[in-house]
Amino acid sequence: MIHPYEAVIGLECHAQLLTKSKLFCSCSTKFGDPPNANTCPVCLGLPGALPVLNRVAVTMAVKAAIGLNCTINPESQWARKNYFYPDLPKGYQISQYDRPLGHHGFIEIKLEGKQKRIGVQRVHMEEDAGKSLHEGFPDSNRSTYLDFNRSGVPLIEIVSDPDIRSSAQAYDYLARLKQILEYLDVCDGNMDEGSLRCDANVSVRKFGDQKLGTRTELKNINSFRFVQKAIDYEVHRQIEVIESGGQVVQETRLWNSVEERTVSMRSKEEAHDYRYFPDPDLPLLVVDSEWIKTIQRSMPELPESRRERFEKEYALSEYDAGVLTTTRALADFFEETAKLSGHAKTAANWIMGDLLRFYKDNNVDLKDLSGSRVTPRMLAGMISLVDKGTISGKIAKTVMEEMYKSGKDPLQIIEEKGLLQISNTAEIEKIVNQVLEENPKPVEQYRLGKTGNFGFFVGQVMKATGGRANPQTVNEILKKRLAG
Amino acid sequence: MNLRNITADKLVALYQNRDLTASEVITSVYDDIERTDKEVHAFLSNCRERALEEARRMDTRIAAGEPLEPLAGVPVAIKDNMTIRDMTTTCGSRILENYVPPYTATAVERLRGAGAIVVGKTNCDEFAMGSSTENSGFFVTRNPHNLDRVPGGSSGGSAASVASGTSLIALGSDTGGSIRTPAAFCGVVGIKPTYGRVSRYGLVAFASSLDQIGPIAKSVRECAQALEVISGFDHFDSTSADTAVPEFVKNLDQPIKGIRIGIPKEYFVAGLDAEVRTKIEAGMRIYEDLGCELHEISLPHTEYAIATYYLIATAEASSNLARYDGVRYGLREAADSSLQEMYRRTRHHGFGQEVKRRILLGTYALSAGYYDAYYLKALKVRTLILRDFQKAFEQVDIILAPTSPTVAFKIGEKTGDPLSMYLSDIFTITQPLAGIPAISVPCGKNSENLPIGLQLMANHFQEGLLLGVAHHFEKAGGFVV
Ligand SMILES: [Zn+2]
Repeated sequence: MIHPYEAVIGLECHAQLLTKSKLFCSCSTKFGDPPNANTCPVCLGLPGALPVLNRVAVTMAVKAAIGLNCTINPESQWARKNYFYPDLPKGYQISQYDRPLGHHGFIEIKLEGKQKRIGVQRVHMEEDAGKSLHEGFPDSNRSTYLDFNRSGVPLIEIVSDPDIRSSAQAYDYLARLKQILEYLDVCDGNMDEGSLRCDANVSVRKFGDQKLGTRTELKNINSFRFVQKAIDYEVHRQIEVIESGGQVVQETRLWNSVEERTVSMRSKEEAHDYRYFPDPDLPLLVVDSEWIKTIQRSMPELPESRRERFEKEYALSEYDAGVLTTTRALADFFEETAKLSGHAKTAANWIMGDLLRFYKDNNVDLKDLSGSRVTPRMLAGMISLVDKGTISGKIAKTVMEEMYKSGKDPLQIIEEKGLLQISNTAEIEKIVNQVLEENPKPVEQYRLGKTGNFGFFVGQVMKATGGRANPQTVNEILKKRLAG
Repeated sequence: MNLRNITADKLVALYQNRDLTASEVITSVYDDIERTDKEVHAFLSNCRERALEEARRMDTRIAAGEPLEPLAGVPVAIKDNMTIRDMTTTCGSRILENYVPPYTATAVERLRGAGAIVVGKTNCDEFAMGSSTENSGFFVTRNPHNLDRVPGGSSGGSAASVASGTSLIALGSDTGGSIRTPAAFCGVVGIKPTYGRVSRYGLVAFASSLDQIGPIAKSVRECAQALEVISGFDHFDSTSADTAVPEFVKNLDQPIKGIRIGIPKEYFVAGLDAEVRTKIEAGMRIYEDLGCELHEISLPHTEYAIATYYLIATAEASSNLARYDGVRYGLREAADSSLQEMYRRTRHHGFGQEVKRRILLGTYALSAGYYDAYYLKALKVRTLILRDFQKAFEQVDIILAPTSPTVAFKIGEKTGDPLSMYLSDIFTITQPLAGIPAISVPCGKNSENLPIGLQLMANHFQEGLLLGVAHHFEKAGGFVV
């Protein structure tokens, strides 16, 4: 059924930057330490404490903004976002408001072969709040405990334009955002641990309408799957409201992942007036062109352009190039293997076939591949052994599996497992004789001039040796013997 | 021995000659506090044990003939809005009545590093909001010159302590005159440095873009010495200036002949007390006699200063004071029903009237729909006020004006009328708005024997010139201890 509505969606994502210390103090950002272990007067908002900017965080944020094709504001400004909450120690969050770090960027998404550019309105920096612990204590029915380890951890907020038209597009946008941030090594993209969080602004309107419908803001969507589900639910809900003659109310709604629906959290009237104003404790954040250049020089190739280059440079299909650039680590793995072996396509096949299957079976994190015992050098070594005919493709599969299990070098595996090629002339002669005896007819045909079946004899010899015979020796002996 | 008759430099010289021990001095300070502070109420808390311990250590070093720091063994008092580790820091507020910070303010740390001995923490208007120290959440500090009068504010305890001889140097903070007004009312010297000259780390914020720590003492020389010690870049304050600190003390006696002094006509208007005017004019003649040139100048945006100040300062304050919510430290009023109720009760009981008034004012100024008309406009006027000064300093080196339009007023006289209280700051709020340094020096007394302060202002980071010009004045006018 084609309904006459289209969804208009914008995403607001928070990404935690991978700095060692917090945004405005030197406390550690380590996840999982005992509550309040990583705190100081600054991140506890004690009277008289003042923020001091962490330049590494700015470098990472600039990287992200450049990676999202943003224009960097040469002078951006810190602003205070004022609201009361127990885990917000100063009663305000240091964020950026009307002068964000970056603006006017975009992310390219591709769905069903169609490319679409989703605008990135702004990328700004801010500090995280602490965490309220409502459960897990003997008096949790009466008390809430507070953990400020997260207070002051650097975040970037990435706000998209309302260019997204479906939950699938939202999913793809998010996936590409995550991929870019991971490539840049500025965020680990972990939605479970909250290092990547996402809110969605959703409205619907009749196709062809220019005016935007009333939007709702969806919060608490903590996984890719939920983003899709929550948006689908909300779009459906809004259409139903309109179809039944009602009006969508501007409000904030919470995604309930158990009941798989959104519920009203607060109305527009109850919305906070954050009373943003420039933070007088911090000077303007100046990012001059020199700094931007230095950062640009340190930036890796991003997934989009790497994918395109892989297609051209290594003659890979769009699909293969896409898979091989899923993460920077995997793309690096492929490219190094391709260079070492000189056989890009073969390398791609091995990685996409056997290796990715092993990784999947063993839950190896594709982001760093640290769980992989196979190195590009080992894989390239194996590929060249196959190339030289030292081992057959069949034996290579065995070697691959063994490499993955033991982390041993392919040559070592071949020697240890007795997979070494047979180069002994007498031994091969014996097998050749046997093959010729068993196949009198092909021998006759060959001798009558149908030399095209030479490969058949090679195959038979290889079969008889489990692929271990030295193909060159086999060729020589076969030719001599077949000549009669 | 009474500190009223001695200055820090002379005290250090006496130590050096072994004529006096730090222990004797500190002991006598506490005797004096016990005797006089019952009436003056300058101190909120003291640290006798630690101070005596430090004095004993100092004496050992003096006896060993070790070289002494510039403020070795000098008893100092600290306004109670600066943190000192393990000492309560109340900011004159009930909401922080029992708050003990885990760290020490940079300025205090530097004073101690120069040998000074902190004897106690002084009373102030709650969160430095006030001009009389009547807004303290604990008690009113009285003017040592006349106990029925206010000491000025908000650093009233610091000025009163210096004037009554219970410390030689005291740190105050100035947001809209809070160092200079009490210095004027109590007949002592007080300097508000250039914004950024002294680290604000550990100074509990009232209005972050205006607040600045500075010394109060009986002489310009002591102020110069203390300022030299506490000034300079601090990594922990991003607004502190990475500017070299000149040798203020060494340069005090540089000749001032030919210095151009501007007299802003907007400061000599109706409302300026006749006796204050007479003394200030006498002060102008002293400068003429010293060979300075007087020029009438204009600071045309002065009339908007009060409105501008009370928008910017309160807006920042409304945000700065949001952290006192009863959640992590300080007062928490129990509430059965909800978190909101706990916030409300805590802030209702913890804050005094004036603080609440300013939080409301500032919240309003920042609210959606009002921001442009109030806060943003105030920022623009602030720029105009700064431009006034920049233009003036193209013509003159120093600007001279009264510190306050009146002498110390009576306790209770203005508490019922906040606006008249705000207007008493009229001469001391433009300088923080412009970020320039200003000093108040005694220039005589009125017929009721109440001190009058003469204010001098200079361009950004011109404290050296400012102190020199003030030093010559106090010498020539005979206003020295
Ligand atoms: Zn910290």
